[in-house]
Amino acid sequence: MTTATGPRLSRRINELVFLAFCWTATAIAILFLAAILWSLLSQGVGGLDLNIFTKSTPAPGSEGGLINAILGSLMMCVVAMIGAVFVGILAGTWLSEYARDSHYGKVIRFLNDVLLSAPSILVGLFVYEILVAPVKGFSGLAGAVALGLLAAPVITRTTEDVLRLQPTALREASVALGAPVWRTILAVIWKSARGGMLTGALLAFARISGETAPLLFTALNNQFLSFDLTKPTANLPVVIFNFALSAYDDWRRLAWAGALLIAATVLTVTIVARILAREPRRS
Amino acid sequence: MTITAANPPAAAPTTGAPAPPRSAFGSAFDRGFEILCFSAATFLLTALGGIVVSLAIGGWPAFQAFGFNFFVSAEWDPVQEIYGAAGAMTGTLVSASLALLFALPLSFGIAIFLVELCPPVLRRPIGTAVELLAGIPSIVYGMWGLFVFAPWFAKYVQMPIMMSAKPGTFWEAITTGVPNGAGILSASIILAIMILPFIAATMRELLLTIPAQVRESAYGLGSTTFEVVRKVSLPYVRTGAIGAVMLGLGRALGETMAVTFIIGNAHGFPTSIFASGSTIASTIANEFAEATEGLHSASLIALGLVLFIITFAVLALARLLIGRQQHA
Amino acid sequence: MYRKIILSLAACLALSACGQKTDKKGDAAPAAAGAQISGAGASFPAPLYAKWAEAQKAETGMALNYQAIGSGGGIKQIKAKTVAFGASDKPLKGEELDADGLAQFPTVIGGVVPIVNLPDIQPGQLKLTGPVLADIFLGKVKKWNDAPIAALNAGVKLPNLPITVVHRSDGSGTSFLFTSYLTAAAPQWASVGASDAVKWPAGQGGKGNDGVSGYVKQTPGAIGYVEYAYAKQNGLPHASLQNAAGKFVNPTAESFSAAAAGADWEKNPGFATLLINQPGEGAWPITGATFILMHKAQADAATGKAVLGFFDRAYATGDAAASELAYVPLPADLKAKVRASWSAIVGPDGKPVYIPAAQ
Repeated sequence: MTTATGPRLSRRINELVFLAFCWTATAIAILFLAAILWSLLSQGVGGLDLNIFTKSTPAPGSEGGLINAILGSLMMCVVAMIGAVFVGILAGTWLSEYARDSHYGKVIRFLNDVLLSAPSILVGLFVYEILVAPVKGFSGLAGAVALGLLAAPVITRTTEDVLRLQPTALREASVALGAPVWRTILAVIWKSARGGMLTGALLAFARISGETAPLLFTALNNQFLSFDLTKPTANLPVVIFNFALSAYDDWRRLAWAGALLIAATVLTVTIVARILAREPRRS
Repeated sequence: MTITAANPPAAAPTTGAPAPPRSAFGSAFDRGFEILCFSAATFLLTALGGIVVSLAIGGWPAFQAFGFNFFVSAEWDPVQEIYGAAGAMTGTLVSASLALLFALPLSFGIAIFLVELCPPVLRRPIGTAVELLAGIPSIVYGMWGLFVFAPWFAKYVQMPIMMSAKPGTFWEAITTGVPNGAGILSASIILAIMILPFIAATMRELLLTIPAQVRESAYGLGSTTFEVVRKVSLPYVRTGAIGAVMLGLGRALGETMAVTFIIGNAHGFPTSIFASGSTIASTIANEFAEATEGLHSASLIALGLVLFIITFAVLALARLLIGRQQHA
Repeated sequence: MYRKIILSLAACLALSACGQKTDKKGDAAPAAAGAQISGAGASFPAPLYAKWAEAQKAETGMALNYQAIGSGGGIKQIKAKTVAFGASDKPLKGEELDADGLAQFPTVIGGVVPIVNLPDIQPGQLKLTGPVLADIFLGKVKKWNDAPIAALNAGVKLPNLPITVVHRSDGSGTSFLFTSYLTAAAPQWASVGASDAVKWPAGQGGKGNDGVSGYVKQTPGAIGYVEYAYAKQNGLPHASLQNAAGKFVNPTAESFSAAAAGADWEKNPGFATLLINQPGEGAWPITGATFILMHKAQADAATGKAVLGFFDRAYATGDAAASELAYVPLPADLKAKVRASWSAIVGPDGKPVYIPAAQ
């Protein structure tokens, strides 16, 4: 091979530039992550004290905390998850077990993806039109329904994916033993896929716990602690939104503390879900 | 509950649920269960249909009043009750496109880094770090954007550029704006950081589907990493890559909270790189709670329908290109 | 693991169910402990309503949940009956009130002040007039050291910063008061008009009084307009304005009272009187009352009683909190007139829902 330095040099330069670019791109992403986490920690920890978990959101200038918002968000997310898990698991089961190749199944799959990526504020508008305006009242239930509509497609998707992965031999063995189809699904397929289904539920929970836009016109907000979901319910994202945009220092501190709490919850749930997904299937 | 060990099923299909057995008890419940699952799936369809229908019904007065002009006029005058979607649509498309422009090279770089260049011991932590970036709620992005990024941007980018522009020149005309770091450009940068991990994760999964022999043969011939990526990997996953890009675009189009904090909330066409603007989502978030019944409310809902159509089109295109392998 | 998850879910459900039960018991005794009333509207009086609500929750146990979504929002939501009362700085005219069967009454008086973010400028040091303010908000005056501003402020060192206009992005009674003032004081503002949401010729929009003060605080060279309590609580320097009598005044409780002094509250139905550009040497030109909107025919007498009871108590004992936040409490005779007007708010049985105790 002749030593042709011309092309070799340019190839080497291209290669170096490219490698540098890739390393830099990754470094930039890591840098942003670090910057955001650092801001959250440095600004949020300052606002974290026991009051956060004992007192409700204050008027400006008064002392207070975030307990009403935390509990309100938790209640709405739990109610939303109950509905979403019910609908999502059943829908995912249908897509995987009954409709793998049917035309209608393809349509449902596509529309599920559309719902998955739909702007959350449009879901909020829809729920306002059907659950707030006619009933003439903002309510935590309307907020929960909006969140549920956002979580259901995620669960449907992950359930279908994980059920598809189950070996057909399992199904055949169960039916060969004489089990009805529904029993096969419930007792055999769901049982072996339960790790993946739990991961899907956790991911959906992580997604809806940070959602703000759909709650703006449905659950409104509440200055006080209340367990009544048929009335406006305090929730962390809207409280953060209102407090962050204000000019009061104590409100802004609470907003950062709230943001830290939400981010910590979402990140923890996401990490737990990923860890569960990687564990080998227990027999 | 008796499990009937009756006759084995007739013909078992290779996929999905086997054909129901002939026991009367079992088959009735089977049918019931199937109907239950079917209803759940159809419920999703109805919900989506409901969204479209309610947006169309709510927005109809606006379409009727303004006609085609609604899509090309940027007038947003609540006093005169004249509304036009063009300003918000422009803001949405511009911010999403700019976000894509910034995010695309970075996410490709990250994906290729994770697949080709990363030392194996770092692969898991960096992969997790990128996923964490995806998990941060959008309101945190909004707050970080407004309180940390905007002042930094104002001080180190906007002010020097604006101060250096001599009055009366073209350069000044396209760099006027509010020097507080809020505007379409800042919103685009924050959006770019938000969609970065999605595109990177999808690209990475796509690159992992390339058979090892294909890449190894290329390396075996003496190609550099750059050449392998450019001539082998990317063309192999080209269709899926475009689909991934469209998914990122779809996400950026609908983002509300991260944008509302930092876009400046001004209606009308943006006229400079530091101009404030608004997107469809931010306009609805700001104004819906108090829009009086009538044209204002209808125009906002009509905007929502426009956003839905745009997002739907982008998603349909992505689906066509990417198939069903990747997660959103 | 699943058992634990199911148990905790069940516990949460039980918790919310318990909450429902106690509230039902609470409804049986009107305005008793545990009752909850929702109101929404203007951000102008929001800090004060929050303070009153906090104090009254401690006293009576009734939770009045007020959400600041802008005056436009308050009007919309009360018309849609999604809240028990709406709040607006923009008073509705008689015809509009009658069309929807609404009653309207004022609660406090406050002032809208221009706030600026200029280094080294003390509160009240910057002098502005109506026409110059209009030109700033029209985008005609672009820098702080431009001639029109410098002419009014001889001796003040104005920086060479571009002016950043910050207005409201949501429908706002504060905007209504501010634009009404600009319309009255500056003919060039006529093209934009006076309303709670106008087509702003220049600047950025902030959401709520909070949003505007937040933006101004963050942007050197910014000017915005907020209700005075927001300026005071956030230490944002205000500008002094020239009033109808030609004097430059500062926004204080005295100047707001001076503006309210000569007002004839009974002239318009629903006490809809604006206090813009009032004559008087010490009157602040952008003063206004903030109003509550309720339906005359209350679907649930207990709710109506709770709302009126809240405001009755606020009239009686909330003046100190109002003054602390630089709002001006209503004069005693106006309070009496308002209380008398409450007899128009009736329950399903046609009787007034709330009869104030003799004062």
